[in-house]
Amino acid sequence: MQATQQVGAAGHHEDDSHGHGPTGLMRWITTTNHKDIGSMYLMFSFVMFLVGGAMSLIIRAELMSPGLQYVSPEFYNQMLTLHALIMVFGAIMPAFVGFANWMIPLMIGAPDMAFARMNNWSFWLLPPAAILLSASIFVPGGAAGTGWTLYPPLSIQMGMGMDMAIFAIHILGMSSIMGSINIVTTILNMRAPGMTLMKMPMFCWTWLVTGFLLIATMPILAGAVTMLLTDRHFGTSFFNAAGGGDPVLFQHIFWFFGHPEVYIIALPAFGVVSHVIPAFSRKRLFGYTSMVYAIAAIGLISFFVWAHHMYVTGIPLTGQLYFMYATMLIAVPTGVKVFNWVTTMWRGSLTFETPMLFALGFLVLFTIGGLTGVVLAMTAVDIQMQDTYYVVAHFHYVMVAGALFSAFAGLYYWLPKWTGHMYNEGLGKLHFWLSMIFFNVAFFPQHFLGLAGMPRRIPDYAQQFADFNMVSSIGAFGFGFSQLLVIVVVFQALRGGAKAAARPWEGARGLEWTVPSPAPHHTFEDPPAFDPAESEA
Amino acid sequence: MSHPASASRYFVPAPSHWPLVGSLALLLLASGAVLAMNSSTNGGFMLLGGGFAVLVTMLFGWFSRVIGESEGGSYNLHVDRSFRWAMAWFIFSEVMFFAAFFGALFYIRVLSVPELASPEQALLWEGFKNVWPSAGPAVKDAFTPMHAWGIPAINTLLLLSSGVTVTWAHWALVANKRQQLIVGLALTILLGLVFISLQAYEYAEAYSHLNLKMTTGVYGSTFYMLTGFHGFHVTLGVTMLTVILLRTIKGHFTSERHFAFEAVAWYWHFVDVVWLGLFIVVYWL
Repeated sequence: MQATQQVGAAGHHEDDSHGHGPTGLMRWITTTNHKDIGSMYLMFSFVMFLVGGAMSLIIRAELMSPGLQYVSPEFYNQMLTLHALIMVFGAIMPAFVGFANWMIPLMIGAPDMAFARMNNWSFWLLPPAAILLSASIFVPGGAAGTGWTLYPPLSIQMGMGMDMAIFAIHILGMSSIMGSINIVTTILNMRAPGMTLMKMPMFCWTWLVTGFLLIATMPILAGAVTMLLTDRHFGTSFFNAAGGGDPVLFQHIFWFFGHPEVYIIALPAFGVVSHVIPAFSRKRLFGYTSMVYAIAAIGLISFFVWAHHMYVTGIPLTGQLYFMYATMLIAVPTGVKVFNWVTTMWRGSLTFETPMLFALGFLVLFTIGGLTGVVLAMTAVDIQMQDTYYVVAHFHYVMVAGALFSAFAGLYYWLPKWTGHMYNEGLGKLHFWLSMIFFNVAFFPQHFLGLAGMPRRIPDYAQQFADFNMVSSIGAFGFGFSQLLVIVVVFQALRGGAKAAARPWEGARGLEWTVPSPAPHHTFEDPPAFDPAESEA
Repeated sequence: MSHPASASRYFVPAPSHWPLVGSLALLLLASGAVLAMNSSTNGGFMLLGGGFAVLVTMLFGWFSRVIGESEGGSYNLHVDRSFRWAMAWFIFSEVMFFAAFFGALFYIRVLSVPELASPEQALLWEGFKNVWPSAGPAVKDAFTPMHAWGIPAINTLLLLSSGVTVTWAHWALVANKRQQLIVGLALTILLGLVFISLQAYEYAEAYSHLNLKMTTGVYGSTFYMLTGFHGFHVTLGVTMLTVILLRTIKGHFTSERHFAFEAVAWYWHFVDVVWLGLFIVVYWL
């Protein structure tokens, strides 16, 4: 909390006159201001990122050499489960909700979110869920050790830590649904006069579709874990063959949520990159309309591909073929986006400040992750690679180099708007290059490990995997400690540094650059006139 | 920080402590539920009770504030449009919640029970037949499934009639006929209460005479999960209708501006439609 308060003190020292609400801690607890809430989301997600990161380093320490060194297999399983749950629900998703809170009202010229008080609740639901998840390590039986997918029958047999994870997921789901309804309503109802949907900033488009995906799928996850809970404690048989149910039923329901969840994380990342690349190419985004249709297509198709996570569960051959082709279909709109980003840069006046570096890192590494995704989509290949380190490498290229790099691109891009100061460009670039190098050292060898047959979610492994695991662990520790630079960069920008102009990036477009830096506590209380020149369309 | 109402400015509420109270309530409820399910002490139930009390306090305080703002004229038409969008999306999320359980029911009836009765499984589950209702191959207790054309059919009539009465009340509100509005709302609430009572009676019957329990394999699981969550939503709907009735008696709402009424009516129709789905696939077919 201390840190959060300092953000406020430094970030909003030019507060305008009518800030007569509560002060100190109560200000942050009771706030209805989208900028305050956005800052809290970002701080929370960074703390969770460090916690989840520490857990991944426990995993990599154990895997540094064959044999059991530091932790028991049970604790290893708990760490990999909590690492995933915390990174997905505690770090990446809240980070992009934080961006949405800060930027969407500024981008569309709204005074705040449509439901400012509910917005506060969406944030303050996260700490109870984080408390439940982290406390579950210390209860009898420990935390859930099933992996984030919570498959029965293992999840039925776990101790009370599993119940805590289930309730944490319920609370996080409530938070996500309320947050999404808020964001979708804000985008649909609060745009400045003249900003039609097809002139709207791309980040808003990605969040409109993301919000829809969240509203549609979080209740499905809630239903799935509710059935787990009743199977555990109230004697129902949803996932128990003896009572006529089926453990595979859980997998269908979970992945009906879980696959759109991948795009819930990826789409806002696409949105950020669609702002950063045009700004530093000094061109408009290439193919705005096709970008919008690509986002909508990705959102829609994501509902019809879930069983590509389940090729080895015994689904019929026709089912395997259908899910294989449907999954490959997603590569088409995703390819449209990648080519549009590349074409945006074509013959642009490129400069390579930190946001652009992270956006380019995103582009290259996300494309690698996307291509290994196409490889895994092929049933015949996937059956060899299911639950190997190839899958681990694939989704970390998408989640870390995709979503996280894009979040850093957004952080450096908008930090001057938030703090009123330029960040330290040298440290920013150092952060990028360390991240880029160590990320690849950590995760590229995992492709080889997976192809050679190393299973995932196992604390010990055969001797022949030792070298690549050592390399991977060195990369993971390097990557983890490099992230501490973010704290230095953000604190420096909060405390001082070169004053940022209202539009610190000359190529940047959008209403957010028409207000001063730092953005005043209240902006656009009267709807601004929207100048189509500010649109990417 | 809250702004006076005006035609062009969007209402932004003042800072509020209710969200934090709500989060505290959910933390208490979740910890209470975990303890109640996993330990033999009474601590869990006390936490559950405390959490529920805090939750009710929060809902009361928060909605009092919202109603005060609404009656104070803070919500212009722009805000009204936000409420409409949000309620529609909320009901969509509720539809998806029920979709998870309907999906489970279809999967069980179309895939898992026939699969367990297939020749490949004969060694494992000898003599198990693909019939519905089924409690699965290992639950040997005989049970009687719920018959559609008794209480469930009456309940269908009750809920359909309540959809009519709430619409009748809405016409009255638009035409400024207060008396008819109050009667219409009271009738809707009454029909809802009778529905809940009949459901409770049906559950009691199922447990005492039909030997139909939550532990009765997949039939019991899906039956209680679907009808139970539906009954919970009817209870919420009745509570919301009661608030609207009390507000009507206090003189709230005008013939033009009454979105709270409409939101509750939308919700009530949603509960009604879910019941039709339940009646057809859980009770009848």
